[in-house]
Amino acid sequence: MDLLYTPAQRAFRAEARAWLEAHVPAAPLRSFDTREGFEQHRAWERSLHAGGYAMVPWPVAYGGRGADLLEWLIFEEEYYRAGAPKRVNQNGIFLLGPTIMEFGTPAQKARFLPKIASSEEVWAQGWSEPNAGSDMAAIQAHAQRDGDCYVLRGQKTWASRGAFADWLFGMFRTDPASERHKGLSFLLVPLDAPGVTVRPVAQLGGETGFAEVFFDDARVPVENRLAGEGDGWRVAMATAGFERGLMLRSPARFQKTAQQLVALYREHAMRVGEALRDDVVRCWMDAEAYALETYRTVSRLLAGGKIGFEASLNKIFWSELDVRMHETALRILGPHADLRPAPDATAPAASPVGAAHARPDWLDGYLFSLSGPIYAGTNEIQRNLIAERILGLPRSV
Amino acid sequence: MRFAFRDDQLLLQSTVRDFLRKACPPAVVRRLWTDETGHDPALWAQLAELGVLGAVVPEAHGGLGLDERDLVLLLEETGRAALPLPVVATAAVAVPLLGELAETGAAGARLAGHWLPRIAAGDAIVAVGHPEDPFVTDAPVADLLLLAHGDELHAVERTAALRWVRHPANDPGRRLYTVAWQPRAETAVAAGAVAQRLLEAAFERGALACAAQLLGATEQMLDLAVAYAGQREQFGRPIGSFQAVQHPLADAKVQLEYARPVVYKAAWSVAARAASRGVDVSHAKLAAGAAGDFTARRALQVHGAIGYTWEQDLHLWMRRAWSLALDWGTAPRHLARVSAFVLADGAPIGPGHSFEGAG
Repeated sequence: MDLLYTPAQRAFRAEARAWLEAHVPAAPLRSFDTREGFEQHRAWERSLHAGGYAMVPWPVAYGGRGADLLEWLIFEEEYYRAGAPKRVNQNGIFLLGPTIMEFGTPAQKARFLPKIASSEEVWAQGWSEPNAGSDMAAIQAHAQRDGDCYVLRGQKTWASRGAFADWLFGMFRTDPASERHKGLSFLLVPLDAPGVTVRPVAQLGGETGFAEVFFDDARVPVENRLAGEGDGWRVAMATAGFERGLMLRSPARFQKTAQQLVALYREHAMRVGEALRDDVVRCWMDAEAYALETYRTVSRLLAGGKIGFEASLNKIFWSELDVRMHETALRILGPHADLRPAPDATAPAASPVGAAHARPDWLDGYLFSLSGPIYAGTNEIQRNLIAERILGLPRSV
Repeated sequence: MRFAFRDDQLLLQSTVRDFLRKACPPAVVRRLWTDETGHDPALWAQLAELGVLGAVVPEAHGGLGLDERDLVLLLEETGRAALPLPVVATAAVAVPLLGELAETGAAGARLAGHWLPRIAAGDAIVAVGHPEDPFVTDAPVADLLLLAHGDELHAVERTAALRWVRHPANDPGRRLYTVAWQPRAETAVAAGAVAQRLLEAAFERGALACAAQLLGATEQMLDLAVAYAGQREQFGRPIGSFQAVQHPLADAKVQLEYARPVVYKAAWSVAARAASRGVDVSHAKLAAGAAGDFTARRALQVHGAIGYTWEQDLHLWMRRAWSLALDWGTAPRHLARVSAFVLADGAPIGPGHSFEGAG
C-alpha cells in the first residue's frame, strides 16, 4: 500500500490544473437540458477534446489521452476543483464508450469511439419502456431482421439526454419468440432516422432532461448491433455496471459538493447554530470514504481486476450521500431554501444567498439528487442484487 | 499510488483467520468470560508464534518488523473472532510506544530492549493507562503497565504494591480496572512534551486498532445474519428470501464496505506518520463504529427472539462492537476532532486533497 502520488502523477495534475484554469468558461453555461445549453456544452466538449482532455483514460487512437485510471481520477479531481461544466455526453463517454471498448468490433470502435470522444455525436440511453422499468427484462420494443437491417418498432422512455441527443443506445427484442433476458440485442440507433420520433418530457426540475422515443419501422443497419444477436442482456449489464460504478460517478463530484456544503455551513453557522454541524461533517466524511473506496477499486482494476456486483454498493452509497448533502444544505438555507434562481442565471440573484452563478443551486441540485436513487437501477434493485449476488441470500420471490 | 494489500499481507491475514476460527470459537470466548483472570496463556503463546503479538516488533527484537499496514489486517481477524485477550494494548499500542521510548535515550532503549523480545515471544502482557480512558484494561494479568500520570509516562512492573479494582463491563470479555499505584522517580520514562507526543501517538494507534477489530466483528455479525436468514424458514421459505430481511443486510454491507477503505487509509497514515493521521484515525473509528452499531442492530433484528438470548452467539460480537466503539475515544470525541479539521479556516478539503496529508 502506497498512498503517495508519483512525480509523474503530480506533474500530470499540475498540467491538467493549468489547462483547466486557462480554458474553463468564466461564465456558467446554461443547463444542458435546454437547446441553447446543450450546444454550449457540446462546444465545451470540443474544447476539451482539442486540449486532449476529453477522454483521459481512452487510447489515443480513439480520441483519448492514453492515460491510466489513476490519472483519470486525478483529472476528475482537477475538473471538479476547477468548477468545469457537466459532461453533456456522459452517456457516450462514460457508459457506451467503455461498452464498445469491451464488446465492439474493430470497425465499430473506429466508427463510434472518436465521435464519442469529440462529442460530435452525443448519446441518449434507451433502456426503460412504459412496461419495463425495474423489470428491464420485460422489454417489448423489437427489432425485426430484414436483410442487412433491423426494423424497429415500439417505445423507449426516460431516455436521458434524449431531447437533444444525436444517437441512442438500447436494448431491443430481436427474437420475437423470446422471453425475459433472452433474445435481446444491444443496438445503436441514430435519432434522426426516418421512423424515429422524439418527444421531450419535462422533469421534476422543469427541464427536458429525458424523452420518450417512438420507433415506427425505423431501419437500423445490422452493423449497429453491439456483440451477438441475443447477447443484449450481457452487454447491458456491463453498461449498467459502468453507470452504477466507477466512471460516471467519480468521487470528485461528491467531494466538491461536500466542500461547498462545508462552506455553506460556515457562512451560515451563526444563524443555524450547532444543530447541523455533525450532519455537515458526516457528509464530508462519507464523500471522502467514497473517494478512498474508488482509489481502492482503481488499484484493483489496474492489477487486472474487474468491476462486478460491488457496483451496486457504490450506487447506493453515492446516490444516498448526494441526497443527504443537498438536504443538509437546504436545511442550512432555511427559509431561503425554497427560492428558485433568478430567471437570468447570469445576473446576481436578489436573494441573500448571493449571486446565483457563484454558488451551487442547492434546490436544483436537491431535485436532481432525488433522481439518483431511481436511475441506473433503483436502489431497491441494487439491494436485491447485493442480497442475492454478494451476500448469497436466497432469491426473493 | 497503490491502494491495495500485497498477496503476502493477505496470506498472513488468512493464516490468522484460519487459526482463530479453530483456536478461538465462541466456546472459548465464553469460557474466558467466566475465567477468573480472563486470560488464556496457551492461546496467547500461539498468537505469539503466529507473529501477531510481535508483528510490529522490530526483527532485531524477535518480531516480524512489520507496521500498521500489516497489523490492521491481523487485528481485523482478532475482531472477527471476538478474541477477548489484550492484543490491542500489548501488540498495537505498547510495542510502538516502547519503540518510540527507545529513541528518547538510553533508559528508554533499555526498557524497549527488555520488553519487546518478551512481547514478541508471548512472555509479556502490557497494559496501558491513558489519560483518554478512565480504565486500564487487563491490569491484573499485565507484566508491565505503561501509565500516564500528569504530564509523565511511567513504566511500572507488576508488583505487590499495585492494587486494582475491577469494574464489570457489558462485554464480559472486556476486563476494566482502575489501578492504584505510587508514581516514583525511577518508574518515570518520559515527561513533558515527549510524554505528550508519545501519548498522542498511542491514542492514534489504540483507536486505529479498535477500528480494525470493528471491521472484523461487523463482518462476522453480517455473516451470522446471512447464514441464519438462509436457514431459518417461516411462511414456508427461508426468511432471507424476503426483501424486508434482505435490504437491511444489504445496507449493512454498504456501510461495512465504505468503512473499510477509511480504516485502511488510517493504517497507512499511522505507519507513514502522515500529517493527516489524527483525522484519518478518527474518521476510521467513527466509520467502523457506525458500521458495527448499524450491523449489530440489523443482525439482531434478523435473528429475532433467538438473537435476544444469552445462548445464541450473536451477542459475543454485538457486545464487542459496542465496547470497541467506547475504547480509545468515543464517537463524540473523534467527531470533534474531524469537525475541528473540516470546519477550520482554509481547511484542505475538496477534490484532490484526500492524500495531501500524506505528502
